[in-house]
Amino acid sequence: MTSGGLWQRLDRFGRNLVPLAITLALVILGAVPVPIAGYASVVPLFSLCAVFFWAIYRPHLLPPWLVFAIGLVQDALSGTPFGLNAIMLLLVYGMVANQRRFFLSKPFTLVWWGFMLITLIAIVVAWLLASIAFGVIIRPGPASFQFLLTLALYPLAALLLSGAQRLLPQPA
Amino acid sequence: MAKIQRPGVMAKLATFRGLAQRFAFVSLFLLAFALMMLGKAENVVVERARAGIADIAAPILDALSRPVATVSDLITQTNEMMNLRDENARLREENGRLRAWYGVATHLAAENESLRNLLNYVPQARSGFISARVVGDGGGPFVRSALINSGERDGVAKGLAALNEQGLVGRVTDVGQRSARILLLTDFNSKIPVMLETSRDRAILAGDNSAQPQLSFLPPNSRPKVGERVVTSGHGGLLPAGLPVGVVLGMRDGQMRVQPFVNWDRLEYVRIVDFGPIPAPEASAADAPVIIERPALKPAPQVVAPAAPVAGEVSDSEDEDGVPPAAEILPGSPTAPASGPRQ
Repeated sequence: MTSGGLWQRLDRFGRNLVPLAITLALVILGAVPVPIAGYASVVPLFSLCAVFFWAIYRPHLLPPWLVFAIGLVQDALSGTPFGLNAIMLLLVYGMVANQRRFFLSKPFTLVWWGFMLITLIAIVVAWLLASIAFGVIIRPGPASFQFLLTLALYPLAALLLSGAQRLLPQPA
Repeated sequence: MAKIQRPGVMAKLATFRGLAQRFAFVSLFLLAFALMMLGKAENVVVERARAGIADIAAPILDALSRPVATVSDLITQTNEMMNLRDENARLREENGRLRAWYGVATHLAAENESLRNLLNYVPQARSGFISARVVGDGGGPFVRSALINSGERDGVAKGLAALNEQGLVGRVTDVGQRSARILLLTDFNSKIPVMLETSRDRAILAGDNSAQPQLSFLPPNSRPKVGERVVTSGHGGLLPAGLPVGVVLGMRDGQMRVQPFVNWDRLEYVRIVDFGPIPAPEASAADAPVIIERPALKPAPQVVAPAAPVAGEVSDSEDEDGVPPAAEILPGSPTAPASGPRQ
C-alpha cells in the first residue's frame, strides 16, 4: 500500500465522520446557556434537524446506533429522562428512512413540509413520554413553541448541512 | 427491501439484511425505553453513564458558554452605563436602608452570641461552599435543570443546596467527577419544604416548570400576604431552615404562587453549600439564621451571615458588664441579659 492510498483512506474516514461530528456539535450547542428570557425551555432541537437531514441524504454515515448514542448524549446534557431524546431521534430517523425515496426526489418546500409532520409527531411523542415519566400533564405551551422554533430553523440548518455535505465523498 | 422477490442467494441475503436492520432498529427503541425505566428507578449504572457523558462534555460547554456570557455582559454593561444616574440614586437609598440593617444585624448577632453563651449552646458546624459556573441549561420544555462545572472531585455531593447571591436555586441531583446537575426549584420534580416568614405557616414549594412555583399543602386557615417572604423551613432534613426562596405572588391560575428571588435567565454562577449534618426540624426551626420581624424595613438578608468578625468584637468587649456594645445601636432594643455570659 502506498502512502497516498493510506492518506486517501484517512481522508475518506475523516470526511465520513462529518455527519456525526456536526450532529454532536449541535447537541452541545443546544445546551449552551443563553441569557435570553425563557430560552432554556424552548431551545430549538438543533440535533433533530441534523438527524433528519442525514437520514435523507447520508443514512449510511449516521446508522441508527449512532442516532441512539447521540440521543443519550443529549439526554445527559439537558437533564431529560435518560433515553427520551434517543427515542425521539430514533423515531425521526425511522420515519425518514421509510420515506427516504420520496424525500430525495422532491423540492425543498416539500421536504420542509415532511420535516414539519415528522417533527410534530416526534415532539408529541416526547411530550407524552415525559408526561408519563413525571406522572403529570406537562403544559404543552413550551413544547409547541419549541416545535415552531425548530421548524423555522430548518431552512437555515438545511443550508448549512448541504454545505457540509459537499465535503463528503459521493455515496458508493 | 422485501419486495425484491427474485430467487437467488443475493436476494435472500438482502432480505436477511433488511430483517436484521429492522430488528436492530426495534432493539434500540426498546433499549431506550428500558433505559428510561431504569433511570426512573434511579439505577446506579444509568446515573453513572449520564454523569460520565456530562463529565466529558462539561469542559467543552464551559469553553462555549464563556463567549456567550461575555457578549451578554457587554450588553448588560452598556445598559448599566445608560442608567448610571438612576442606579446611583437607587443604590444610595438602598445603602441607607442596609446601614440600618447592618446595625440590627450586628446587634442581634451580639445578642445571639451572649444568649448562646448563657445556654452553653453548641454552634452548628460552619458551612463550606463551592462556587461553580453554570455551563449548560438547555433543558427543553420538559425539565428545569442546570449543568455546573464542579463535581465530586470539588466536593459536590448529591442533595446539597445550590444558592446564588439572590436566593435558593435548587438542589444537586446528579454528580459526576467534574460536573453536576442542579434540579431548579421550578422543576416538576422539585418539592421543597418552606415556610412563610411572618406567619410561620409551613408549606411545600412545588415546581411546575413555570417560572413561578406554587405553594401546596398550606394550612387551611393560612392567608399568605402578597409580598410575604418565603424561606426554607428545614423540614425533611434536606435543607437548613431560613434560606431565602422568594416572595408570595398571590393567586394565579387557581394556585398560590411564589416569585423566586433568583433571576432564571441570568443564572451564571451558583454556590453549592454543604451545611453539614442538619439537625432535627424543630431544633433547626428554632435556631434558624436571624429572621427579623420588622415590617417597616425591607430586609435583604443573606444566608451566609458574617458571624465570625462580629463574634470576635463581642468577645473582646464583654469585660465591662456583659452588655455588648452593639446594643446601643438601636434605641429601644431589648437589653442584653443582666448577668455576664461567662459563668
